[in-house]
Formats: sequence, C-alpha cells, structure tokens
Amino acid sequence: MALDQSFVGRTYPPTPPYEVGREKIREFAEAIGDANAAYTDTEAAKALGHPDVIAPPTFVFAITFKAAGAVIEDPQLGLDYSRVVHGDQKFAYTRPVRAGDRLSVTSTIEAIKSLAGNDILDIRGEVHDASGEHVVTAWTKLVSRAPEGA
Amino acid sequence: MTAKIAYDEVEVGTELPAQSFPVTRATLVRYAGASGDFNPIHWNEKFAVEVGLPDVIAHGMFTMAEAIRVVTDWAGDPAAVVEYGVRFTKPVVVPNDDTGALIEVSAKVAAKLDDQQVRVDLTAMSAGQKVLGMSRAVVRLA
Repeated sequence: MALDQSFVGRTYPPTPPYEVGREKIREFAEAIGDANAAYTDTEAAKALGHPDVIAPPTFVFAITFKAAGAVIEDPQLGLDYSRVVHGDQKFAYTRPVRAGDRLSVTSTIEAIKSLAGNDILDIRGEVHDASGEHVVTAWTKLVSRAPEGA
Repeated sequence: MTAKIAYDEVEVGTELPAQSFPVTRATLVRYAGASGDFNPIHWNEKFAVEVGLPDVIAHGMFTMAEAIRVVTDWAGDPAAVVEYGVRFTKPVVVPNDDTGALIEVSAKVAAKLDDQQVRVDLTAMSAGQKVLGMSRAVVRLA
C-alpha cells in the first residue's frame, strides 16, 4: 500500500547528542582499512588545520541512520522495513565530524513516491554540534520493494 | 583545510590514481561492529538467500566508504570533500572464502567549479558490474 503523502515535510524532534569518540573514529577507520593519519593522529590532524582527529566522510551515517529510525519505525507511517533497501546516499559537509563533537540530528521526510508498487522515501538528516552549528546534511533514499505478486 | 592538490594543477579529465579494495567476510563483520549495522544480509548466508540475494553482500555504506578513499588519498585532507553522493546500483557479493570480493574504484575530474572546487566522478566495479551509480564528490582543492 502506498505510503501516506501527508507525511511529506514532517520533521521529527532532534535526537539526544551523540558524542563522537576518538577510539570510535579509529575503529571505523580500521574497519574500512583507511590509514589516513588525520583519523588517528591528533598532530597529523592539527597539521591539516583541524582542532582534533576527524572522522572519515561516511562515518556520520551511523548517527544519521539511527536518527532516521524515528521515521522508519513510525507506526503511523507504516513502512515495511523488512522489504527496505538503501537506494541513494548523499552528504554535504560544512565541516568534518571530529572527536569530541556532540552531534544532534533532525530528520525530515523530504519526499514520498510510489513507483511500480515500490515505496520510495527520502529522509534528510540535519546534523548540528552542541553550539548549534551545522556540520553535515545527510540525504538517505530508502526503497521499500513491492511484495511479489502485488 | 589543506588539500595537497592545487586547483590550477587539474583539468577536466584528470584521472585520480585508481585503487582496488578487497573485502572478505571478516571485513564485513568488522565493519558491522564499527558502523553498528548488524543487518544479517551482511553476515548470514542463510538469511541472505532467504530474502532473495545470491549470497552475503557488503554493506552499501562500506562500498561508499571505500570508494571515497580514492579521493581522500588524492586530496590528502579528507575534509577537502565537501559533498559526496552515490546510488547503490548492484550489491557487492562476498563469497565465504579467503579471497572474498574486490571493489575496483577509478575517478576523474568531471568539472571545475567556482571557489577552488572540482567535481570528481567515481566508478566502482565488482565482479565486472558497476556497484555504484551517480557517484560524485565535490572537492575543495588548494
């Protein structure tokens, strides 16, 4: 069943702050096999003009996707998550995420479309730091595939 | 922000050094832990097959993270990446052996923009198939 169009434009309350830890960044950089010193060595990060180690460009997804859970699990929206695949992902950065950041995410449903029985949901996550400054915006497109034979 | 590549040094068509990234089941388990994405399609073969996949597949976000390394290694400072977007077109299928799969990434400067920025178009392939579509980054150079 097509999702309710009246949810387009709905914004969910900001998430409680996520504190970005130096060791979490290191763990993520190791998991993607990326040895860039800016992720693990404070002095190397400072040499590039950053106050502390920074996170790889896609690190913040773990935070924005968790925040998008408020949308995905909204019983009123009624998305069938077992049939959901990740369609597109985009980030626009004002500055990199860095160790010590306390990040809060505000999720908004930007669009709902129905194509060939598939529900397509665009969620925008605005990420701000503790001082309220914008850090990054994440756009996530989720596709809920139509059940076979529907 | 101190990218090591100068805007004036690149032209439309400038190719970035291509790289290949191996991915095994162990890689996926490690990524699941680091990212918090424990969807069983990324580690449980039985589950993956039941939902219609050929085998365990890599996290799309893992592939996205690997692809941008071609850009961040080139630029020097990862913060030079001001925009990055992809479409997940095909899954990276990861067999249960010591070899796993290979993600092959190439990239080139597609446009020179204002404000010392360039658009880089990326191509990510695995097993002869394009796994990322519309894969683009905007990068601020020195």
